[in-house]
Amino acid sequence: MRFVDEYRDADQAHALADRMAALCRPGRRYQFMEVCGGHTHAIYKHGLEDYLPDAVEMIHGPGCPVCVIPMGRLDDAFHIAEQPGVIMTTFGDMMRVPGGRGTFLDAKARGADIRMVYSPLDALKIAHANPGRHVVFMAVGFETTAPSTALTILRAEAEGIGNFSVFCNHVTIIPSIKAILDSPDQRADGFVGPGHVSAVIGCRPYEFVPRVYGKPLVVTGFEPLDVLRAVHQLLTQLAEGRCEVENQYARVVPWDGNARALSVIGRVMELRGYFEWRGLGWIPHSALKISERYAAYDAERIFQIPGVRVADPKACQCGEVLKGVLKPWECKVFGTACTPETPIGTCMVSSEGACAAYYNFGRFSRKRVREATRR
Amino acid sequence: MSPRHLDDPIREDAPLEDTGLENTSRPDLVPGAAQAEAAVREACELDQPEIPHGHMSGHSREEEVLERIERARKRRARVREDRITLAHGAGGKAARALIEAVFLEAFGNPLLEPLGDGAVTGPVAGGLAFTTDSFVVRPLFFPGGDIGDLAVNGTINDLAMCGAAPRYLSAGFILEEGFPVEDLRSVVASMAEAARAAGVWIVTGDTKVVENGKADGCYITTAGIGVIERPVRLSAAAVVPGDSVVVSGPIGEHGMTVMLARGGLDIETDLTSDTAPLHTLADRLLAACPGQVRCLRDATRGGVATVVNEIAAAAQVAIVLDESAVPVRPNVRGACELLGIDPLYVACEGRMVAVVAGDHADAALDALRSHPLGTDAAVIGRAGDDPAGLVLMRTHSGGTRVVDLLVGDPLPRIC
Repeated sequence: MRFVDEYRDADQAHALADRMAALCRPGRRYQFMEVCGGHTHAIYKHGLEDYLPDAVEMIHGPGCPVCVIPMGRLDDAFHIAEQPGVIMTTFGDMMRVPGGRGTFLDAKARGADIRMVYSPLDALKIAHANPGRHVVFMAVGFETTAPSTALTILRAEAEGIGNFSVFCNHVTIIPSIKAILDSPDQRADGFVGPGHVSAVIGCRPYEFVPRVYGKPLVVTGFEPLDVLRAVHQLLTQLAEGRCEVENQYARVVPWDGNARALSVIGRVMELRGYFEWRGLGWIPHSALKISERYAAYDAERIFQIPGVRVADPKACQCGEVLKGVLKPWECKVFGTACTPETPIGTCMVSSEGACAAYYNFGRFSRKRVREATRR
Repeated sequence: MSPRHLDDPIREDAPLEDTGLENTSRPDLVPGAAQAEAAVREACELDQPEIPHGHMSGHSREEEVLERIERARKRRARVREDRITLAHGAGGKAARALIEAVFLEAFGNPLLEPLGDGAVTGPVAGGLAFTTDSFVVRPLFFPGGDIGDLAVNGTINDLAMCGAAPRYLSAGFILEEGFPVEDLRSVVASMAEAARAAGVWIVTGDTKVVENGKADGCYITTAGIGVIERPVRLSAAAVVPGDSVVVSGPIGEHGMTVMLARGGLDIETDLTSDTAPLHTLADRLLAACPGQVRCLRDATRGGVATVVNEIAAAAQVAIVLDESAVPVRPNVRGACELLGIDPLYVACEGRMVAVVAGDHADAALDALRSHPLGTDAAVIGRAGDDPAGLVLMRTHSGGTRVVDLLVGDPLPRIC
């Protein structure tokens, strides 16, 4: 398959593995954080740790937009979904995320009309087809999905569809990276920068990472060779004493981003003063809300949500995992109280969550797995 | 007046206007009027041949009417309604009409025709395999099949995976009030065709109707009996290190077809379901490798990954899959890549996983590939001893990972 197979070539991966190993200084350990959940998923799905030198350790960052939605916001969404006449729509991987009162699947079982969509435009179609109902789209995601939400609101207005609104939970990537860099226990030597988010915001916003914090960052894609090349570039920068932002994903990411997508976000949404991130707490200017001009499409204003804050379970150490302070298996409840069947923290829910990825794909000793597959 | 009225000899001299039914041939007719018209016409047909009054036939007028009723009762039942009503499940005349005119008409065979409380067969030689499965697919009709052939093939395949030759099926229908009778006829026709193609009889059944809104159109439960004709001992627990894992063809076609046919995803493809009966394919494999086939499993819900996990757990062996050896058609792969779904977990309805002794893998492949349903069969993995109970995979790009059971349905990812 074009655009896929050429980035999964095992020979090139082996060659990169050799070059990465040669770049590692004897006795030194390297910790790189992949910010994006898509990278976490790719690393486990393709077994990429097999190619990394033993001295390199990947830290799985906060970049799974599903994982960072706090429980209180989910309860707010259930509240909206349970209002008479409402059809709640959201992406597939939100369906199993636990709030204080269960998951969307539980709310659906209790009788709420909750439908999975692949795009907010599908939600708008449902609104068009059900004029007697009010359709709410629960929007989640970084700047990656925010433009499509914004465009949907513009289209709803253009088409005069009044029975549609958005429960906006869009978050922004830069403040969360900054929060991690400001965390005193932060220990990454460099960052693998997100691919799809950067297709919208470009590479320029990351320039503060090397300039202010002295850490290199390489933006890359989600195929095996993308991830390996990014790690290779990080090791090269460290070996050569450089520290800068590099774009390994130029086939998708323009350096200055996608001006049209950004302007659509700017038209329809504005920054929130604060937003709560699961595991990371309240981060200033880290999320988007629907602007006053489009208030008619803002489910938060239409439904007067309870806005109750639900504390994360005490035992849950998602925050430490998201910051890379703990490996998933170092969390107190990992694999005992918290499993993909009964997730306590969101890191265990989405397949892109660090804990779920680790639990599903990586929980066995790499050495043992390697030996088994070589025989 | 429409031509069909002219065919009616009795009506020729009786202008339709006088019957008050003149509007029945108009497109805007009410359904009740159409039924009334049909009933009147039929009653008139029944009167043939008209016996002139005053003829010394020995029949009184009353006897004539009674005879007419008797003839009517003997006539083949017909379903006149466009949609299923609660009456079709009430056990009365409407139910009888549905059974005779729809089910018996399509499935007719000597065991079903007495319409007894159950089907009675003669003595059977060999062991019996017995299985049941329920079908609730949405949409009911999808490219490459519908709930009907799925219900027949699914149960045939469960029997085939026991090493049995499928013989008899039962079919239980839960219909939703308002379900179009035409759709039911289509489903039943697919079932009849699938049964005929596989050489099995549907010998008993049941129909219930639930109120509108209490079901999703049509649910079908089939059960099946098969006869074990050759000595086989198939069991996942019999798998030992060194065995080969074979899949009979490209995976994931049914699941992706149905997912895309639901229409919510707006992706256009030429995908069709792989639904097919596997008993002749299984039989060919068992004949080619006597005593060397450890187990057979059809890779339905949860796909190949789930089946292989169940085998690894039952046998307490490690199974190592080779991702590049797993046959996946490009259209399935493309749709899976777009949606972030792993084809290993997508349901098939006409593919099986066979575990065979390692030194018989080639013979097994030859046997499978000689059958039209197995032309793309491939060895996808091997059983080992460590780590017991676990499925691992060598990925396309040469890495390794664990292939675990899914927690729930595969759900599309957002980014």
